[in-house]
Amino acid sequence: MMRERHLNLILLAGLLAIPVWAWITDEPFTITLATRVAILALAGVGLNIALGLGGLVSLGHAAFFGIGGYAMGILASHAQNYDPIFTTPFLFEGTKSMPVIWLTAIVMGGIAALLIGLISLRTSGVYFIMITLAFGQMFYFFSISWPAYGGEDGLSIWVRNGFPGLNTLDPIQFFALCFVLLLLALGLHWTLARSGFGLALNAARQSEARVEAAGLTPFRLRLVAFVISGMVTALAGALFADLNRFVSPTMFAWQMSGEIMVFIILGGVARLCGPVAGAALFITLEHWLGGVSDYWHVFLGALLLLVVLFARGGLIGALVKKEPAHD
Amino acid sequence: MSLLTLESVTAHYGPAQALFGVSLSIGEGEVVALMGRNGMGKTTTVRAICRMVETGGGLTFAGQDLTRLPSHKAARLGLGLVPEGRRCFAPLTVAENLSATARPGHWDRTRVEALFPRLAERRDQTAGTLSGGEQQMLAIGRALMTNPRLLILDEATEGLAPLIRAEIWTALAELKAQTGLAILVIDKSISELGNVADRAVLLERGADVWTGAFDALEPALIERYLGV
Repeated sequence: MMRERHLNLILLAGLLAIPVWAWITDEPFTITLATRVAILALAGVGLNIALGLGGLVSLGHAAFFGIGGYAMGILASHAQNYDPIFTTPFLFEGTKSMPVIWLTAIVMGGIAALLIGLISLRTSGVYFIMITLAFGQMFYFFSISWPAYGGEDGLSIWVRNGFPGLNTLDPIQFFALCFVLLLLALGLHWTLARSGFGLALNAARQSEARVEAAGLTPFRLRLVAFVISGMVTALAGALFADLNRFVSPTMFAWQMSGEIMVFIILGGVARLCGPVAGAALFITLEHWLGGVSDYWHVFLGALLLLVVLFARGGLIGALVKKEPAHD
Repeated sequence: MSLLTLESVTAHYGPAQALFGVSLSIGEGEVVALMGRNGMGKTTTVRAICRMVETGGGLTFAGQDLTRLPSHKAARLGLGLVPEGRRCFAPLTVAENLSATARPGHWDRTRVEALFPRLAERRDQTAGTLSGGEQQMLAIGRALMTNPRLLILDEATEGLAPLIRAEIWTALAELKAQTGLAILVIDKSISELGNVADRAVLLERGADVWTGAFDALEPALIERYLGV
């Protein structure tokens, strides 16, 4: 059987090779598909920090994804319209700079995750699922009723935001940016999983009492994981909005939270590259089966059923046949 | 001055009272055996010390009132618990189990592995695949990695093979001789306890009924309170 790290390398090499091949053969749509995979995998990596390491089944991660999207949309729309966001105490006209947008998305995602986590992490099990879902839906309905930023219609950004030294309108260059951010997020997950913090978090999901008896506070461990998770997912949201040059309330919808979770379940919960495998499979099915039938989600549902019944470790688990070290 | 003092400690599980007034003390470097038949309140006394159950009465550790502290804060004062039934973090490896709850101090992985060489051999193996004895060693090692001032062992050798029991008792004797760590130990093996314990506290129906030097435990007491 293949070792998980080899499989991860093959997956990431494949995700890199396909758009490079598409660039050489002048197939920009394939590059966009690969970029979509990288961004959605990044969102999955974010959720996997909470779900895989901390056992936190959050059905509200679309809130952070949407916050990232709207951080991009609001900053860029003001900049493109030369319409200041605020004038006092200083003039701020928004920005078209990706690094500033990413930083804003990460900070806003972190703040939202902190506030949501402070309340929701006092519950567990089905109550935690429901309370995170409720928070996600609160953001969804708020964005619908926010006419200043497009309400139900969303916000369009005419030109993709910029990154110093790169032409982000070139699909391969934008893909490269997203791929590097995905690698950094995977590195963060890998480091966290092996750190004392990650081990304690994993221990806390197995027994709160034993971890408390060793002098640690499971609530604090989970809150930190939830905030990091929210930050990574918000960054993915900002990139997703930039990819589409459009942001709308659907980024906050519970279906989005469900999709991010599906990536992880398909790929393998707590597997480092589980979200990459899951997002790649999801986008591939959406692209191919979507062309065959509008009801392609039926096939996705059947696949999900098969994975849950026969491959509990997801695609990666089925291929490496080994329990994840941190599940 | 004693490190841990219990004064007429009571404890309840919901409406059911489990402790009716346990008093005991443990000094620095002292090994105390907490003994009694099944259901007499030994584990509940440990849970009371570790703040895992609501208690009444006086409970101080290292000069601090434990009754006002939650479990994790009490542990941070220096309580290292080896719970009944081993209870390792099964999916984590031996090394990860040791690191997960470690705090800085004298005890690190090298010292724990020197005390229990079997753990060094099994370093990268998941705890769930270890034998019962190895899991017990890991549970003790994990508690030591929190660098406690008082190590509490609840039935540490229960259900283990004689050879493994001997290894664990040897390690406890080493701990006592070399580190001067205070230990509260619950066990049913009187002869093995006798090799390490300085004093004994006998419990009967949730209250202490006899406290004294371990050597002063007479056969009549043992028969009456331990049924042996």
